[in-house]
Amino acid sequence: MTVTPLGIPRRLLEFTLDGQEARVPEGSTILDACRAAGKDIPTLCEGDTLTPKNACRVCVVEVEGARTLVPACSRKAEPGMEVRTDTERARHSRKIVLELLASSVDLSTTPKVAAWIKEYEAKPDRFGPDAARLNEEPRVDNDLYVRDYDKCILCYKCVDACGDQWQNTFAISVVGRGFDARIAVEHDGPLTDSACVYCGNCIEVCPTGALSFKSEFDMRAAGTWDESAQTETTTVCAYCGVGCNLTLHVQDNEIVKVTSPHDNPVTHGNLCIKGRFGYQHVQNRG
Amino acid sequence: MDLHFGDSKPTDDERAAVDALLGPPESSWEGADRSDADLRWARGGRAARDRRDLLLPGLHAINDRIGWISEGALDYLCRRLTVPPAEAYGVATFYAMFSVKPRPATVLHVCTDLACAAAGAAELCAGIESRLGLGSGVHVERSPCLGLCERAPAALAIKAGDPVRTAVSAPATVHEAVLAASAPDSAPGEPPAAMAVPQAGQGDLVLLQRVGVVDPAGLDDYRAHGGYTALRRAFELGPAGVIREVTDSGLVGRGGAAFPTGRKWQATASQPDHPHYLVCNADESEPGTFKDRVLMEGDPYALVEAMTIAAYATGAHRGYLYLRGEYPRAIHRVQHAIDQARARGLLGDDVLGQGYAFDIEIRRGAGAYICGEETALFNSIEGYRGEPRSKPPFPVEKGLFGKPTVENNVETLVNVLPILTMGAPAYAAIGTGRSTGPKLFCVSGSVDRPGIYELPFGATLGEVLQLAGVRPGLRAVLLGGAAGGFVRPDETDIPLTFEGTREAGTTLGSGVVMAFDDTVPLPRLLLRIAEFFRDESCGQCVPCRVGTVRQEEALHRIAERTGAAAADDIALLREVGRAMRDASICGLGQTAWNAVESAIDRLGAYE
Repeated sequence: MTVTPLGIPRRLLEFTLDGQEARVPEGSTILDACRAAGKDIPTLCEGDTLTPKNACRVCVVEVEGARTLVPACSRKAEPGMEVRTDTERARHSRKIVLELLASSVDLSTTPKVAAWIKEYEAKPDRFGPDAARLNEEPRVDNDLYVRDYDKCILCYKCVDACGDQWQNTFAISVVGRGFDARIAVEHDGPLTDSACVYCGNCIEVCPTGALSFKSEFDMRAAGTWDESAQTETTTVCAYCGVGCNLTLHVQDNEIVKVTSPHDNPVTHGNLCIKGRFGYQHVQNRG
Repeated sequence: MDLHFGDSKPTDDERAAVDALLGPPESSWEGADRSDADLRWARGGRAARDRRDLLLPGLHAINDRIGWISEGALDYLCRRLTVPPAEAYGVATFYAMFSVKPRPATVLHVCTDLACAAAGAAELCAGIESRLGLGSGVHVERSPCLGLCERAPAALAIKAGDPVRTAVSAPATVHEAVLAASAPDSAPGEPPAAMAVPQAGQGDLVLLQRVGVVDPAGLDDYRAHGGYTALRRAFELGPAGVIREVTDSGLVGRGGAAFPTGRKWQATASQPDHPHYLVCNADESEPGTFKDRVLMEGDPYALVEAMTIAAYATGAHRGYLYLRGEYPRAIHRVQHAIDQARARGLLGDDVLGQGYAFDIEIRRGAGAYICGEETALFNSIEGYRGEPRSKPPFPVEKGLFGKPTVENNVETLVNVLPILTMGAPAYAAIGTGRSTGPKLFCVSGSVDRPGIYELPFGATLGEVLQLAGVRPGLRAVLLGGAAGGFVRPDETDIPLTFEGTREAGTTLGSGVVMAFDDTVPLPRLLLRIAEFFRDESCGQCVPCRVGTVRQEEALHRIAERTGAAAADDIALLREVGRAMRDASICGLGQTAWNAVESAIDRLGAYE
């Protein structure tokens, strides 16, 4: 069982959500309020363990009096605010953002996005066959991770997880700008020449599969990756005394990847290189 | 934070460039020779990280000396500042004026933006490239607006070395531009700033009264022409009194957003969190805008005095002047003015003997339009990528270094001087009820006398054009720059006020009035605008990063088409444009579709 700290009690504030009175604790975002009210707002760059970056803009909603739409993931609810989540205007922006993304990157391994594309009637093909996209081969320069830039939506989650929000390694950054902006290590070199410590916390937060385990990448390439055939077992890492939780993803009696529960109050889904990647000895059957 | 640095070593020159800024390294941990004290050395950590804001000046130091930023140089700078190399690389690659790949020491920026494009920049570029040929030692760079629109076409040569040398050629010919690039020291000097002010010397000017009249280098001359009377009056009034005057004057920001200046100052002044900062936004990168350059080149002490007043009113003791890197002469002149003012006790620990401490630091931009957005500018000064922050929190609450900050552009600040010398009521009597005071217009393009014009708010577009001598065959006028909108030649009765332009469905923006005659192909102009926004998008949010690309692609497809053949793509442009306006993080993405939309709707660009 995971123990979630309750924190200090917070005052409730009242505002209007789609015409209904909503009461949320102070400091809640509009997205928190939507989720509490059972409303489904699409999100891509928002992460449960990270400060929202509000870069993808699929979660935009309409706030009365605001000139532009506002991102639900990072805008705090304020008393008396009137929020509309499902207006034609908000739906239009979400649809276009989905089209812009799907026309420029490969979203085939992004959970839920296919359903949103259908729901918002997004048609990424309408920008034509010549619409600019990256078209870059995945970068495989080490035995642990693969970086597939074709799938990267620049959500900044890996940068934040590697930087001051969790890992404090600062091995990755956004470089360049505009459409040419990309995630890279220093001097855009191979991962092996960088400050990377291979904790894999960037993979843990990547929403699109642009960062993936080499094991998963190889199995997908071979056509043997089958999530429906996988079991997930959460256990305790045996390497040191901290007691981080590991979730072992097992397919055909082989560990295929290791994640960590995000609601764990100690690790919040983060691990070190040993916990994340050091599992071969478990299945060394000599 | 356990920083990892690569094995690349800086060259002696690169090391010297960084050390000239930061002083010599103290320990082998940050690049000095090994000494006995090294194992007991414990600087770094917070003490060094607090100097993160020196990253941009450090990158400039290397780029100025060498012409580009190598791995070794970047790693050495990172070691000195304890900045992670990945982050510094992300910053270095953000700015157009830096290169992380080897290139010749001399870079010739040839402006290809709106006014220069209309004045033949494409032919100029081609001519320069064919004259220089391969192996010339000059790297020719097609550049966004250099802010020399009154002298289009323009070129700026920057020759790396110690010291770095610059030369401007405008209006440029192939011969002059090549000369400027090959021998910047012996290139002919620029004309005085007053040449950009066709009204120079006229008695009724308020903001431009001293341009061309005073010696921009002479503090005494400035004082002889009324300089520093406004600051004395400010000290008489006290901070609250100054804010009251500014509020009563009705002054609103001249950078394009038109926010009431007094309200902004009041909101900053009343913040309990300290220190407060003052930031002057002189990152004038809107294509077609050059008024701040002319003010800084022609009357630099006025800006220094106005910043001192703004700081005094809002309780700031430190001011940053963020000045675009493409303005070498303005940087030089304002730096000189700051140094002189400091030497004479008009800046420093005890301004005018009033016990008030204030000083100004110039921060040089490095080629990024987005850094004109106020929060992107803070990030840039702090040594981060110039990406806008989401608001709220607003700068008055959490701005530069997370502290309450008032940010104004150059023209706004310079307006404070007449407000204090003539008094709020007299100032508010100028212009119209809701747009008070004088306004600067940057007139360029198809006119006989391009330049900066000062008129009271309420003058019509036609009056401004007439003053500048509009040429026959007017096809369109771009108001407010690339982020503004086009109007038709028959709409010259639009009053140039914030409310008047709004009622006419357009915008005053930063005060750009760019005239195009019927020889200028409109689709090519629109493509240039789209290319500008695609190039200048920071890339942070999806609507802008991808939307600007899709906009440019659609405009390419319909460049030669009209009517029904273009209808599909125009519908697509409208849909994408609407989402860019609604869902982008900052003003860049929100306005990137304005000019194109207005060209379609008002000019019938593709009918």
